Amino acid sequence: MSDIAYVKTELSPTLPPPPNAAGPMKWLKDNLFSTWYEAIGTVVASAILIYLFMSIVDWAFVTSVWEASSFEDCLERYTGHPVGACWGFVDARFNQFMFGPYPTDSYWRPIIVGILLVAGLLPIMFEQIPGRKIAAPLMLGIFPWLSVALLHGPIEMTTLDSGLGIGVTALLFVLGIALGLYGRKNFNPGQTMIGFGVAYCIGVMYFLAWGLGLETIATNKYGGFMLTLILSAVGIGVSLPLGIVLALGRRASNMPLIQMLCIGFIELVRAVPLITILFMAQFMLPLFLPEGVDFDNLVRALVGVSLFSSAYMAEVVRGGLQAIPKGQFEAADALGLNYSMSMRLIILPQALKIVIPNIVSTFIGLFKDTTLVSIIGLLDLLLTMKQAITSTKWLGMEHTGYIFVGLIYLVCCFGMSRYSIYLEKKLHTGHKR
Amino acid sequence: MAVEAENANFSLSSLWYDKRNRAIVLQIITVSIFVWFVYQIVNNAVTNMENQGLNPGFGFMSQIAGFNPTSPEFNLTSFDVNSSTHGDVFVLGIVNTLLISFVGVILATIVGFVVGVLRLSNNLLIKLLATTYIEVMRNIPLLLHIFIWYFGVVLFLPQLMGALPEGGRGVTGINFLGLDMIFMSNRGINFPSPVLEAGWQVILIAFIAAIAGIVFLSKWAKKRQDETGQIFPVLWASLGLIIGLPILAYFIAGQPVSWDIPQATRFNLKGGASMPGHMMGLLMALVVYTGAFIAENVRSGIQSVSHGQTEAAFALGIRPNVTMRKIIIPQAMRVIIPPMTSQYLNLTKNSSLAVAIGYPDLVNIFTGVSLNQTGNAVEIIALTMLVYLTISLTISIFMNWYNKRVALVER
Repeated sequence: MSDIAYVKTELSPTLPPPPNAAGPMKWLKDNLFSTWYEAIGTVVASAILIYLFMSIVDWAFVTSVWEASSFEDCLERYTGHPVGACWGFVDARFNQFMFGPYPTDSYWRPIIVGILLVAGLLPIMFEQIPGRKIAAPLMLGIFPWLSVALLHGPIEMTTLDSGLGIGVTALLFVLGIALGLYGRKNFNPGQTMIGFGVAYCIGVMYFLAWGLGLETIATNKYGGFMLTLILSAVGIGVSLPLGIVLALGRRASNMPLIQMLCIGFIELVRAVPLITILFMAQFMLPLFLPEGVDFDNLVRALVGVSLFSSAYMAEVVRGGLQAIPKGQFEAADALGLNYSMSMRLIILPQALKIVIPNIVSTFIGLFKDTTLVSIIGLLDLLLTMKQAITSTKWLGMEHTGYIFVGLIYLVCCFGMSRYSIYLEKKLHTGHKR
Repeated sequence: MAVEAENANFSLSSLWYDKRNRAIVLQIITVSIFVWFVYQIVNNAVTNMENQGLNPGFGFMSQIAGFNPTSPEFNLTSFDVNSSTHGDVFVLGIVNTLLISFVGVILATIVGFVVGVLRLSNNLLIKLLATTYIEVMRNIPLLLHIFIWYFGVVLFLPQLMGALPEGGRGVTGINFLGLDMIFMSNRGINFPSPVLEAGWQVILIAFIAAIAGIVFLSKWAKKRQDETGQIFPVLWASLGLIIGLPILAYFIAGQPVSWDIPQATRFNLKGGASMPGHMMGLLMALVVYTGAFIAENVRSGIQSVSHGQTEAAFALGIRPNVTMRKIIIPQAMRVIIPPMTSQYLNLTKNSSLAVAIGYPDLVNIFTGVSLNQTGNAVEIIALTMLVYLTISLTISIFMNWYNKRVALVER
């Protein structure tokens, strides 16, 4: 019919793609060798990475010393061969790094607090673990006082020394319970809250004075990682509520005087370094207090650290509040909610959710900033380490010591930042772009 | 009607249950607590100071300090231990704080921009390297950075002077490039310092003229490009101007600047300038730490520019590096600047950690030593806070001005 020489009637077999258009070759080409300068970058970067990796492995595992009794086992000029990390030193002083000068036979007390802390936090942090409904109120209402009692033992309360004091407090306790029950009967949440609140405070006071009947351990015996955790836990616990209050105060446009006070506090604190606030707590607080009244060093540092981070927290929370559309406030008002209800039920849950990453980074900053208390002489992890490596037995352990401390901080802070990413994903209820 | 009725039935409970009244009541309560609090504090402070035999006021500022806050090699305000007062300590502290903050801010910005851009690289390994740097550095406390850099690195450098392997004494510190000019040791860095002789002002004038020339040139080049479309190589011309003009002036004026090069004597280096070891350690720590934060700001800023902008630029045929320079960076700057400001402020405030390794900054020598000597805690801490407040405000004002300049101009 025509002069077509050849007509293909069958499909030819599918050929595999060229090697650099699919599979590992394509991946390599896309990610490592796309252009000549990328290729140079790859070579340089891999050289750096391999060098870093090899030297870390060599330092930490190959030439490291695992058992040592003093610096003579760990320094090149005594052993005769190059020595990397001296893990024997960390091992020998490990208890000190964890607990500082805390009495050895009472280590079980901070350990119990630590176990309770982890056991209480896990159900709150992860939905998969049951028991959040029970753990949250326990952690807020009982755990702080329990850990104070465990760590410190009984606290002297001058109010409870006299019969009069005991009588008045007992009477207040009974009255508080009565008011609470009365308010509950009449469905008056205000009365219930005040009544039970008073009773709770007095109960806590008695509990702290009893202190589980343990031996008192003064705060100057606290140290090491334990002290770091105490400082950050109290700082976090105080700064979040105080920061929220300050942020709300800063936005309370119908109360200009309160607004001014809040702005003044926040801006002043944020403009100066933490160390000056700690110096202030150290040197100025004794001047400001009436004679005879004095806090110990730990409480001073706690006040300084908490106030400092509350100012930062207030700004973070304000960012969240500003991101809430005005309609939400108006809707809450339209529903007839009062101020505290609209904040508690409508505004804050949304505002705080937006700023979770920033709240966590403030926590991370606070956790790192607790190292500054070593400058005013509190024996936190860093100062404990500094003292250990200047002790005559372990001179010259700078590298091992500081890298060990750095690793602890790295693990904690990195863990917190990962958790914030997890939380952000979990709480993301809107549409993802 | 309703208003009248309300006014008529004034009752005690309306103080709390009426929103307007409640605001007033709350404010009165808060302010009176605050005033009472301040009154108590002032009262206690006055009594306590009297009891401790302190004399309040700023008279101590003109007392002779009687201690040497700094070393002879690192003395920027010619502090003299025999005649200088606590006021001079204050000034020296401010100068040192400003010095380390200024150098730190510049270096940290460079580190931050480089790492931040590397973090966005298409190359997996480079990205990994930059991410590791950021995550490790910003998750370690600054104080630990300072300890590691000072006690673990600077003090482990070789001694400046010591026994040479071939016998005798000499420089054992690191001799940069074998030039015999820059030496690095556990005491810091020694480097040549310029000696200004008569007529050196010519170079300064040439330098200022070069800057003026660059401003003029870039305006002219922009105008010419707008009119004719021709591109003038502003960058190269500016570099030529800013380097060439002062050098030209140097030779025309008869070489009025000579260099004082550190010379090795038996026990020390003579001449030149030096950057002490504690400053080196502090600077490294501040730069490495703040650089990691700035890198994250830069990364998020660049990522915030929508990808459509890049695509549009490519569609117009603009080359990648011009796209980066003219399209991406100007838009990213708007996002980068506010957090960058707070990083600069942080760096300035963090320089107060100098107290841990003995760099003579404001907190170390004034709030530390002067306070211990005079006992005027309130005045000294208030002054320190005032200085930081002023620095913070100045940086914020400057950065706000810059931010306004780069902000989106909406029609």
